[in-house]
Amino acid sequence: MKAAPFAYERPADLKAAIALMAEAGESTKIMAGGQSLGPMLNLRLVQPELIIDISGLAELKQAERRGDELVIGACVTHGDIEDGRIPDVTRGAMQRVASAIAYRAVRNRGTIGGSLSHADPAADWVSALPALGAKVTLRSAHGVRDLAVEDFIAGALESVLQAGEIVEAVRVPVMRASARWGYVKACRKPGEFAHAIAAVMIDPELGTTRVVIGAVEAAPIFLVDAAELFGGRITHNFRQQFDAHAADALLAQAGMTSPADRHIHVTVLRRAIDEAAA
Amino acid sequence: MSDVECVSASGVTAGGGQGVGARLPRKEDDRFLRGRGQYVADIRIAGLKDVAFVRSPLAHAHIKAIHVPERFSDVVFTAADLTGVAPIRAVSGLPGFKSSEQPVLATGKVRHVGELVAMCVAPTRAEAEDIAACVGLELEPLPAVHDMCKAREAGTALVHEHWGDNVFLETLFEVDIAPALDAPIKVTREISTARQCMSPLEGRGVVASFDHRLDQLTLYTGAQMPHIVRNGLSDCLGIEQGRIRIVSPDIGGGFGHKGILLPEEVCLAWLAMQKGLAVRWIEDRREHLTASANCREHHYNITVYADRDGTLCGIDCEAIVDSGAYSSYPFSACLEAAQVASILPGPYRMPAYRCRTYSVATNKCPILPYRGVARTGVCFALELMLDAVAREAGLEPAEVRLRNLVRPEQMPFDNITRKHFDSGDYPQAIRRAVATIDVASWRERQRLKEVDGRLIGLGLSVYCEQAAHGTSVYAGWGIPMVPGHEQATARMTPDGGLEIRVGVHSHGQGLETTLAQVAHEILGIDTAKVRVIHGDTALTPYSTGTWGSRAMVMAGGAVGTACAEIAERAKRIGAKLLQLDPASVSLCDGRVCGPNSSIALSEIAHTWYRRPQDLPPDVDPAGLESTSGYKPRRDSGTFSYAVHAVAVAVDPDLGEVELLDYVIVEDGGVLVNPMIVDGQIFGGLAQGIGTALYEEMPFDGAGQPLATTLADYLLPGPTEVPAPRLDHMETPSPYTMFGVKGIGEGGAIAPPAAIANAVNDALRPLGVELLHSPISPRRIVEAVLAAREAERPAA
Repeated sequence: MKAAPFAYERPADLKAAIALMAEAGESTKIMAGGQSLGPMLNLRLVQPELIIDISGLAELKQAERRGDELVIGACVTHGDIEDGRIPDVTRGAMQRVASAIAYRAVRNRGTIGGSLSHADPAADWVSALPALGAKVTLRSAHGVRDLAVEDFIAGALESVLQAGEIVEAVRVPVMRASARWGYVKACRKPGEFAHAIAAVMIDPELGTTRVVIGAVEAAPIFLVDAAELFGGRITHNFRQQFDAHAADALLAQAGMTSPADRHIHVTVLRRAIDEAAA
Repeated sequence: MSDVECVSASGVTAGGGQGVGARLPRKEDDRFLRGRGQYVADIRIAGLKDVAFVRSPLAHAHIKAIHVPERFSDVVFTAADLTGVAPIRAVSGLPGFKSSEQPVLATGKVRHVGELVAMCVAPTRAEAEDIAACVGLELEPLPAVHDMCKAREAGTALVHEHWGDNVFLETLFEVDIAPALDAPIKVTREISTARQCMSPLEGRGVVASFDHRLDQLTLYTGAQMPHIVRNGLSDCLGIEQGRIRIVSPDIGGGFGHKGILLPEEVCLAWLAMQKGLAVRWIEDRREHLTASANCREHHYNITVYADRDGTLCGIDCEAIVDSGAYSSYPFSACLEAAQVASILPGPYRMPAYRCRTYSVATNKCPILPYRGVARTGVCFALELMLDAVAREAGLEPAEVRLRNLVRPEQMPFDNITRKHFDSGDYPQAIRRAVATIDVASWRERQRLKEVDGRLIGLGLSVYCEQAAHGTSVYAGWGIPMVPGHEQATARMTPDGGLEIRVGVHSHGQGLETTLAQVAHEILGIDTAKVRVIHGDTALTPYSTGTWGSRAMVMAGGAVGTACAEIAERAKRIGAKLLQLDPASVSLCDGRVCGPNSSIALSEIAHTWYRRPQDLPPDVDPAGLESTSGYKPRRDSGTFSYAVHAVAVAVDPDLGEVELLDYVIVEDGGVLVNPMIVDGQIFGGLAQGIGTALYEEMPFDGAGQPLATTLADYLLPGPTEVPAPRLDHMETPSPYTMFGVKGIGEGGAIAPPAAIANAVNDALRPLGVELLHSPISPRRIVEAVLAAREAERPAA
């Protein structure tokens, strides 16, 4: 399959890109690494009139620490993160997530902002970043707004991006020393879409959790206070207190009807919690 | 006396470090490893245009109308344009076979998703697809026949109305099953294998043009069997064979998919001949997955009867194969299912047997023969059953095999379906596999349990592979292609090199190397100076081509025969030049040698071609070129075989399977190039692992294929294929030159059964037995949960 005809622009800077987007019609797609959009174009699943290629925007390839967060430009690639070319504020958590995304050829080109914008429920950042407490910065001709990643992802392949708006950066808070991190996904081979993802950040000192159950049919299930999964309270003993029945009930309530699906997701969640406790 | 002894006795065997048995690096790898292979998509012809097809979006529907926009009327063609083009017909002579007519472009009805409806021609593929997107189809949907097990039920929609049912062919083979019915062990199972796609790295592709000087169509196509494509094209287009030249260049994997005459080939040939266009169609992966390369879908209801000690008393089986909508050319829609009945018992002895088979028509694309053909499904069914018998009898699985396998002293052996096993020592292969994988230590590890909660399992399977079966076998099938004598041309060049021309095709088998090794074995010419020419009907002798693991046995024998003839003629010339009696010379290391003198073959060639005045007056005018034919002394086939043994770790909660160790003990007869054989087995193993664990083409109730990209259709990659430990046995075939046997398909046959048996061994403590391939994580988890549910005391 070859893509249907489209117009193509490759702006030189962010300002030009925003200006192009402001003028562009509804049928416009932003292309960064093109690792999802490329195949979708070739399969003619999307047939935009205009593609704006932002892979040349130097502003979006920067990453720097600002106060207690790391600001990562939208066009930073998974490979950049895997190889440690950006600062680490998550004690290696992001590096480990990045290094298990698809396979190296995809990581060389695929970007963190593109992955979020595409909002594939089985994508790693879509689940990992909410657990890390990350935010996105969105920019359009009308200005800038910040959203928590979990509020940015609206559903399967659906974000709250508006016409003319672009993900400019991802902002990841510095992980506290007392926080415990676990990230597990079920997939049979590198490059396969995950069947189940669990990302957990548990801080027994603060008694807080951020739990994400991903690779579900819709937006990931995000629990900012997951105490109900741990018998009502988060302690240093969280591994032993994990309540698989409560997790199963939560998934059933979320509409996951297949017992096998629930079993796999609960297993992955348990293993992420084990990893956090290790 | 075997043929190899005949050759030796004639005194021309002149092998050295490059002959039969040498681990010679592959000659063709020089171009492949440097990216210099030339595939169909690499071919450029001036004015070449691209073709895109309008394909049916529905599995089953009446075509009410095809709307072609006026502006495209001269570049879009439908069935209405193809006057005089006959449909593809692949009949079988088996009694009761119902033939189908596969229209080149659909007429009246569409019978599977992806069926060709119209073709669109444009300067580029993208533009051709733009045009295809503008063609409107008015279709009236019909119920889709999507489940082969229900396709025979009354009231089901009919794929071919005039048949009255959906059965291409029903067969029955029985050797009185009644005595088996009272056996103390009776195990019954329902076993099935998923529909798969063959997935060679390169899909199909066609480039067609017409040469007015030669009055000849040239069709470049990735074809394992170029001469058979010419037969089929000639039939469909109604033109004489001399006006068709088929060129099959380098091929990125065939596996059976490239043995089939495609409607796309007929379409492009028609465009070139009738419209004078140079045209190209390169199959994309979506076309490949959804519209072409399907294979493997089997279903078994099977009962095995045995004594308490595991001795087989009989097998009773009903097998169904989903043959899809049409009978594909030339193998037909019945080869797969009907073969099941004849090959199911394999190398096992049993006194009673019954097998009924159905080749069922459905609204899916035609099922094609894939590496191993019916054997992979048969091996899966039978070897899972033998493990079930072993569990019932309380025996190690290896014990049950040893109890029932043909013994070496019984060779040659005619089994219960009258398959003639030429040679081999199957029990020894089992014993070597058991020792190499070290069954005892795995059993110990199983008892100790894993710290990570995974379960260890051990599985094995035995397969045999009938290869190079010839005229007597295929005449019985009555399909459009029956192999006869295989021919090869050998020609010495004036500088002492050798050209070999064969009608088989090499696309991964390494025949450019191994056939040169055969020539070297006879003539002693350096393999670097032996060129193997193949893949062109204009340059090679007729052959049914490369399929059925036949090329080394058949073309190898033909090359050996042709070279032996040249050797004889060269010896006569050499003796004359040496002024010796022809009876006193022999051929060694590329020279004709007498007691005290010798002359190089290159000098003899120089004399024949460039100094004929020096030749004796009574020289054989046939010279240093020979086209010779060959058939093994018995053409019922060679039987290579192997035992695969595998240790796995199964995660019962996620359903993931890791292969911890993999052992293969293989007997392929005398190996012409053991390194190439190793490569064949590695490749086959990778495909077998795909069948076992990953590959599946699911369909929904409307007959829609659901895996349309490689994101949905999972193939094993380097991280999923372990390095197996290989052990070779070499029992020569008594019927073939050098004692070789065909080995091309074997590696892909045994892995699904071995891996499934290992998974079932691991999950046995949970009361779980998996009987459907691929053994996906979901199937494992569902089975584990179902077993836990069954364990739970009733409330």
